[in-house]
Amino acid sequence: MELGKKHKDINGFIFINLVRLMFAFLVGLLLLIIGIIAVNGYPVMSLDFLISSPANNMTEGGIGPAIFGTIAVTFFMVLLAVPLGVSAAIFLSEYAKESIYTKIIRTSINNLAGVPSIVFGLFGLGFFVLFIGKNLDEVLQTGLLFGQPALLWAAATLAVLVLPIVIVSTLEALNSVPKSHRDAAIGLGATKWQTIRDIVFPQAKPGILTGTILAISRGVGETAPILFLGCAFFLPNLPVADLCIGDYCIPMINPTEQFMYLAYHIFILSTQSANPTKTLPLQYGSTLVLILLTILLNITAIIFRYRFRKALGRN
Amino acid sequence: MTENILPRHQFEVSPENSHYSKKIVRSARIKETLIKSYFAAAGTAALIFIILIFIFLFKEGINAFNNIGLSDFIYGTRTMEDGTVKTVYEWYPTSENARYSLLPLLLGTLLTAIPATLISTVLGVAAGIYLSEIAHPKAKEFLKPVLELFAAIPTVVLGFIMLVIGATFFQDLLHPANRLNAFVASVGLTLVIIPVIASLTEDALRSIPMDLRNAAYGLGATKWQTISKVILPAAFSGVSASIILGFGRAIGETMIVLMASGNAANFTMEIFRSARTMTATIAAEMGEVSQGSDHYYALFFIGVVLFVITFFLNLIAEMIISKMRKKNTF
Repeated sequence: MELGKKHKDINGFIFINLVRLMFAFLVGLLLLIIGIIAVNGYPVMSLDFLISSPANNMTEGGIGPAIFGTIAVTFFMVLLAVPLGVSAAIFLSEYAKESIYTKIIRTSINNLAGVPSIVFGLFGLGFFVLFIGKNLDEVLQTGLLFGQPALLWAAATLAVLVLPIVIVSTLEALNSVPKSHRDAAIGLGATKWQTIRDIVFPQAKPGILTGTILAISRGVGETAPILFLGCAFFLPNLPVADLCIGDYCIPMINPTEQFMYLAYHIFILSTQSANPTKTLPLQYGSTLVLILLTILLNITAIIFRYRFRKALGRN
Repeated sequence: MTENILPRHQFEVSPENSHYSKKIVRSARIKETLIKSYFAAAGTAALIFIILIFIFLFKEGINAFNNIGLSDFIYGTRTMEDGTVKTVYEWYPTSENARYSLLPLLLGTLLTAIPATLISTVLGVAAGIYLSEIAHPKAKEFLKPVLELFAAIPTVVLGFIMLVIGATFFQDLLHPANRLNAFVASVGLTLVIIPVIASLTEDALRSIPMDLRNAAYGLGATKWQTISKVILPAAFSGVSASIILGFGRAIGETMIVLMASGNAANFTMEIFRSARTMTATIAAEMGEVSQGSDHYYALFFIGVVLFVITFFLNLIAEMIISKMRKKNTF
């Protein structure tokens, strides 16, 4: 009997272990990729590499301006995408009743997530730079200030790109707030807005934060959408301008300037390098920084979500 | 008794009081309506952006139709050295006699996307089966985030790895005609698509009711028989949706093919030759093209083609998934 059962299962034994093997292969591949980058990138890693400018026709120096540009773009991207995405999710979860209309919106969200990233680049050029920027210049009489590729338009384009991520994670967070909490608030005489502001939103905050972190991770890694939106090969100066009120001047990010971007920097170094053997260590170094950044962001998001779900499960 | 607890006068409606409270109610109602309309406006953001993307791609792309013409997007003519005129399928927008055939680009896209989808289907579905059916729940809790990390690697990093390591590896192994070719690019693409297929397959398998598994086990089926004869057929639509979405991602991916495919617009079916995809063409040429030229509009037209293809692939996949959800909720 025992023997017969085992004999019957020999196909299963082979296939199940084949599936296990394939999964192990994938995990191994991931570790191999990260390992190769870590081993080759580690030697160039230093504080100086992280803050100094590229030098000597990009064959020496560091990635300081690229990191600064990445942070600046991401900052504006979050500023644009998160309020809009969270509001959209609040509408879908709290206000809208299920109808054809909400179905169309949900389909749009899924479709927006599937639009190729290079198409976002074309859209950013056509809509933000040539339509909004050019018209802003005409209305404000600013000559050619907004109507050219710049940091602000790159951030706006990335904001549209990460919008589905923010909406979907916020929706998940809002849906996990028990309905009884809303009923209790309404029963105590709170208005709909008071309920959302004081009861639902605070509980959904960790979930929204998770979505924001994932959006940052995605934005930091994107290259194709910003290729023709003001991303520069090399800039001698940071996109910073002094903002003066009277005599007091503080340096601020200037969103109408061009910028350097870490992901784009890797692309440029590895495809258009003047001296590939000399820049290879720099390429590995930049890649290590980028991959560490995305992995850390994602692990933070995963831990956040895990704890969020666990806390809700306990309630 | 309870009436004494609260001061009664608060509940009495005197004429001026009533006016006051009505005012409060009215202003509160106006405030609520304003807030609601703000959220309703924000709620349409995704829809509006989808429409805007279509309008602004089309607005520029339509000029390509007027200036270049539909037939020129399929074939062009070239005068050979001996004076004969030949029909050619070439993408050569910077030449004096510019040729705008999209066929080599479409072929390049398919030549990288189809092998990538085939490889990813095997590995991705296997990974989905492993996570949903085979892995220990504790192991799964740890391994699913690993898959998410895989999906989070920036594509420019994968392109870089394929460029410096993958290409050399396959050159030594297979001795291809070009060091950078469609095959190297498609291997790079699999790294992007496998996590997509794996996580959606896992979702589809998990949505199959437990009863089905228990019934199969009750009939004496082994674990593998249950997976292959019951679970996979039941989840067929969900798994195929995941493959369609993976294919859509493969068509739309830019950085990996830009860096690893060699970027020569060959009109060929040979997978070990350099190829150029639609996405890579836009990425490589948009920066250098002058605004308002035929070439510029042609690139936007490629964008329209890409958008339409991926839009419909997404729509089909989503219809399959929503149908599946309806079927599986009892």
